[in-house]
Amino acid sequence: MKFRSKMIDVGCLNHFTRVVNTIAKLNKTCVLRLTPDNLYFVLSGKVSNGGVSMWCELLQVNFFDEYQIEGVSPDANEICLELAPENISRALKTAQNAKSVKIKLTKKHCPCLTLAADLPSLSSVSRVVTHDIPVDVIPRRMWHDFKEPSMPDFDVSIYLPPLKIMKNVVDRMKNLSNYLVIEANLSGEMNLKIETDLVSVTTHFKDLGNPPWGDDASQSRSRDMEAMAHTRVDIRKLQQFLAGQQVNPSKAMCNIVHKRIVHLILLHEDVSLQYFIPAVA
Amino acid sequence: MDYVATGSNVKVLAKAIHSLSRIGEELYFEPLDDGLALRTVNSSRSAFACFHLSPLFFQRFHTSPAHRFRCKMPMKSVQAVFKSLASLEKTVEKCRIEWKPADKSQLTFTLHCKHGLLKTHNLSFQDCESLQAVFDKEHCPNVLRAQPRLLVDTVLHFPPSLEEVTVSVSGERMWLKNHVEDESDQSKAMMTELCLSSEEFDHFVVSLQTSITFCLKELRGLLVFAESTGLPISVYFDEPGRPVVLSVSDSVLEANFVLATLSEDSHHNNTKRAPTPPPPDDFMCDDMDSYLIAMETSEIAGPSTEINQPSCSTRAPTMPNLPNHRSLFDNDQEEQQEEEEEYDLERPPNKKFRSLFFGSVLPTPSQVSNQTLQSQDVLASDSEDEKSS
Repeated sequence: MKFRSKMIDVGCLNHFTRVVNTIAKLNKTCVLRLTPDNLYFVLSGKVSNGGVSMWCELLQVNFFDEYQIEGVSPDANEICLELAPENISRALKTAQNAKSVKIKLTKKHCPCLTLAADLPSLSSVSRVVTHDIPVDVIPRRMWHDFKEPSMPDFDVSIYLPPLKIMKNVVDRMKNLSNYLVIEANLSGEMNLKIETDLVSVTTHFKDLGNPPWGDDASQSRSRDMEAMAHTRVDIRKLQQFLAGQQVNPSKAMCNIVHKRIVHLILLHEDVSLQYFIPAVA
Repeated sequence: MDYVATGSNVKVLAKAIHSLSRIGEELYFEPLDDGLALRTVNSSRSAFACFHLSPLFFQRFHTSPAHRFRCKMPMKSVQAVFKSLASLEKTVEKCRIEWKPADKSQLTFTLHCKHGLLKTHNLSFQDCESLQAVFDKEHCPNVLRAQPRLLVDTVLHFPPSLEEVTVSVSGERMWLKNHVEDESDQSKAMMTELCLSSEEFDHFVVSLQTSITFCLKELRGLLVFAESTGLPISVYFDEPGRPVVLSVSDSVLEANFVLATLSEDSHHNNTKRAPTPPPPDDFMCDDMDSYLIAMETSEIAGPSTEINQPSCSTRAPTMPNLPNHRSLFDNDQEEQQEEEEEYDLERPPNKKFRSLFFGSVLPTPSQVSNQTLQSQDVLASDSEDEKSS
């Protein structure tokens, strides 16, 4: 198993750092899948994550100038590692002005993802800072847990309002209740609702627009345009997702499976992030 | 006693105090003929810091020889006088520190501010022994000097919570690495290492290729001070176990931060101590008399403490009763009792050992921090393991 890569573009480095920072805010540990074309940060929907799952896909060629991988075997040319994204975040934090950043798989006191940054210095010799991030190699037999999630058969798909506004609303609502209902319809309307014994608060969003998924998508089934599909979720999961966002996505949408799951999709130019929040009773 | 600092030196004084506050809970204040010494030490005696301000630092520096004293005050009280650096700079024109015999145990700090405003603080102090660490910068095999920016940038790569860092040097390079104590942590902790070339330093002399491990946290105070004053930082160190000294100086002040380093064998038992050869049984610290004899026959009068010396197994006997000891003292009974009481509260082991040194020190104006006690090796007991009782 071998992995060596190098980033030299400052813009790419900043972008990559922001993606990693977002992932780091979502969970303490996650799985990093490395394939010849992509990097994936994956969180499988286990109880320990509160049932939340995440799939973040990066196109390798848009970030790295050099990228070589030799997976577990020729027919399974990929590497699966479990690590703490916070460590990568920390390592990248002070390397933002680096001339180059190399990321490779190494074996130190244990298997590590080593990040080596070539930093500008006062002399002709550059400063090199090396971070060894301990990782756990995930054996092939467990890879099925970390496959790309299939698009759920959703009832409504809608574009999200500006994430910042949504975050502000959810932040305030979090003080009042632990559970929040997300509902939306095919007329571009979305509501965020909380209800307690003392108070109920609803924030209405209009004219959001609905993504056109095409004829074979569930939305083509005749459905009342005004009918709301809703799911009740743990508000902290939604808040955590919104709080971690560092970049404005080019497209942000939400698929709701009535009373089952909320599927959030954020698309940037070279990164896509999907986040699944299950319903709570 | 009457000292007056004016203009930008008030801010420097304040910064020095803040810097010291990062290390210890008490400020030791000692007027000397050649200036004012402000010192502190941390609770585990593994870090010592001293700011020596020369008379030229002050607009007025008057010490009455008849009323020389050494005292200590809670650090927080002194910090409160110099609370907000930003407003200090804008409003304080002059800072006056005075003491008259009528004041008894209070030092008066007066800040003369704009518009005729006077802020007076009366701080109570306790008499105490001289706090002095033994270190010898002149004879350190490794000496580096760098602009503060270099060290500040370097430290940035390590998390603020990092306790210990290992510094290794070769003829041309310096490496800094975070130090992980527990074996169990090693497999989970992220290891960071930074390599600097000797060219980045103003001065880089390495006669002994070595690695030393010390507490990074204790240094941050000095780094902040150096960065704000723009003074280069000099680093003096030797083999593991011997303290590392970081200092900044200009024509009117000198600051020394002395930190204990992990000794080679203690990498296994995780305790910090100075590596000294096993002392002959005569000098076991529970035998006060022979210890005192050693003190008296040392070539340098009135030696000072070595920081973080290992402990003794028995509590130090009440010093005032020892005839030999008495003659070395200047201090009165009350002080000693105060010191004794302190030891009751303090945890073993380092505190106990402190009592031996502090009690026997007779500071004189000629005492300079760079003294080396030549018989020091022999005096220092190596480890708890070797105690006979």
